[in-house]
Amino acid sequence: MLSTDEVKHIATLARIGLTDAEVAHFERDLSAVLDWFEELKAADTAGAPAETSMAPESNRTVPDVAETSGEAPRILENAPGRKDNYFKVKSVF
Amino acid sequence: MIRELHAKIQSGERKAADIAHEYFVRIAERDPELHAYLTLRESQAIREAEAVDAAVARGASIDLLAGIPGAVKDNLVMTGERTTAASKILDNYVASYSATAITKLRERQAVILGKTNLDEFAMGASTENSGYGPTRHPLDPSRVPGGSSGGSAVAVAADMAVFALGSDTGGSIRQPAAFCGVYGLKPTYGRVSRSGLIAMASSLDQIGPFARTVDDIAIVLSRLIGPDSSDATAANRPPEAFEEKLSLDVRGKRIGIPREYFEDIPDARVRAASEQAIETFRSLGCDIVPIALPHSRFALPVYYIIQPSETSSNLARFDGIRYGLSVNDQKDSFERTSTLLETYLDTRKVGLGPEVKRRIMLGTYALSSGYYDAYYKKAQAVRSLLRQDFQAAFGVVDAIFCPTAPEPAFKIGAKADDPLTMYFSDIYTVTANLVGVPGISFPIGTAAEDGIALPLGGQLMGKWFEEQTILDLAYAFEKAAKRATL
Repeated sequence: MLSTDEVKHIATLARIGLTDAEVAHFERDLSAVLDWFEELKAADTAGAPAETSMAPESNRTVPDVAETSGEAPRILENAPGRKDNYFKVKSVF
Repeated sequence: MIRELHAKIQSGERKAADIAHEYFVRIAERDPELHAYLTLRESQAIREAEAVDAAVARGASIDLLAGIPGAVKDNLVMTGERTTAASKILDNYVASYSATAITKLRERQAVILGKTNLDEFAMGASTENSGYGPTRHPLDPSRVPGGSSGGSAVAVAADMAVFALGSDTGGSIRQPAAFCGVYGLKPTYGRVSRSGLIAMASSLDQIGPFARTVDDIAIVLSRLIGPDSSDATAANRPPEAFEEKLSLDVRGKRIGIPREYFEDIPDARVRAASEQAIETFRSLGCDIVPIALPHSRFALPVYYIIQPSETSSNLARFDGIRYGLSVNDQKDSFERTSTLLETYLDTRKVGLGPEVKRRIMLGTYALSSGYYDAYYKKAQAVRSLLRQDFQAAFGVVDAIFCPTAPEPAFKIGAKADDPLTMYFSDIYTVTANLVGVPGISFPIGTAAEDGIALPLGGQLMGKWFEEQTILDLAYAFEKAAKRATL
């Protein structure tokens, strides 16, 4: 069972603000799912490679060449805060 | 369906613009109740259809998809169109480019009617997790259509589109196709470019078609595939015209029946329909071969570790800075009254729904220091064992058959309180994503609930890049089922 502090710690790592009610809810919810994951302990993975992709072909690469997309104005249209051609970002501290 | 419509448009018997208009009339009648669409593009679609009519009038030979009304899931970006992924955090987002899959359809002059509802960021099996309200089952609006591509499935099932695109990370095309009684195909990992698909879990996501016939699925799929410089995982393979090679002769095809999938099917009607489907394949001359996929029981927990892990990383981009919702985005709050961290926390607190939060937190936990080996690394190791199961099986058989979902469409709200029961909806579908093989869901029968015959789906999984084999088998089954009901 995850503790209240553990849930709050995960939420901060995940950059998600939670209400107190949500914290209580996720204590139960996440714990139930994590308990279920224990089933994997029964799988014998000795010698099994831990693969990160099932891609039948390995990734292809393209030359790293700068090009003009013409999308900048449309991208900036979506900015919640902007000044000229810059995104506005809050102070870190 | 597509071929008949195409012939009428090409001959001038029907105007593509009139067909598009008829579809918008039907949408206006049915969609207020069903809620398959989040965005309609009526005026643009009619104009695009008129362009097809003009080409026909000039004597041009048009593509099979030209003038055919389709729909696309709202997690595919489309230039100038609002794209929400059914999340409030993208409520005001207007895409600056188009998904490669959409561009390919538009190059063939398909007419995109609108963008369809989904579980928020494609996380769910019922379309109840949409930030804009649930989509409802066309045969019984008190039930879910499945998910996450529920809007696309319903658009096709209720004839509010001839075909639709969905995305499938753990069953999100196949399971709603089964619930709604239509066809849905998840291609091999790497078949279709994901450029412009709002990513959920990048080692699992694929885009694929919904339609009402196998031939239509084949027509759309042929036009989606191919390499793409914008998606390094899009396989560099030659074009294929699946619809031209469709064959009814499936004699001697070897269909594997995995013992583990049939051991405890919870619903007797699903079991009976699946066993009946096996008999149909036998009567078509297929060899039915019992097989073992020994690690099957681990697939679902493996999926629910890997998928949230990748999700937690992919969804970090929704932070209230570059697009979408931003809490504290009023001008004066850019003074030093709140910090960047607070913007992240508050924006995601308000903008993301409960299931998305749950998965991001699960993934964050599974990847966090001290737990990575026990969860993520262990899951990846079991994943490679699952692939070995499939490699061994496909040494013996051409395709694998099982149910698509453990039950027919359930009531709205029935699984809302317990995430685990909802996760079990994916039990037969996640493995195809984990190992990367193609899978198609096709109607195999019905189960009566409240006097309504709810559709049941069967699933065929094929070898990597051998979509043709499962299309042929589904095609032969479709024709046999049609003969049986005549």
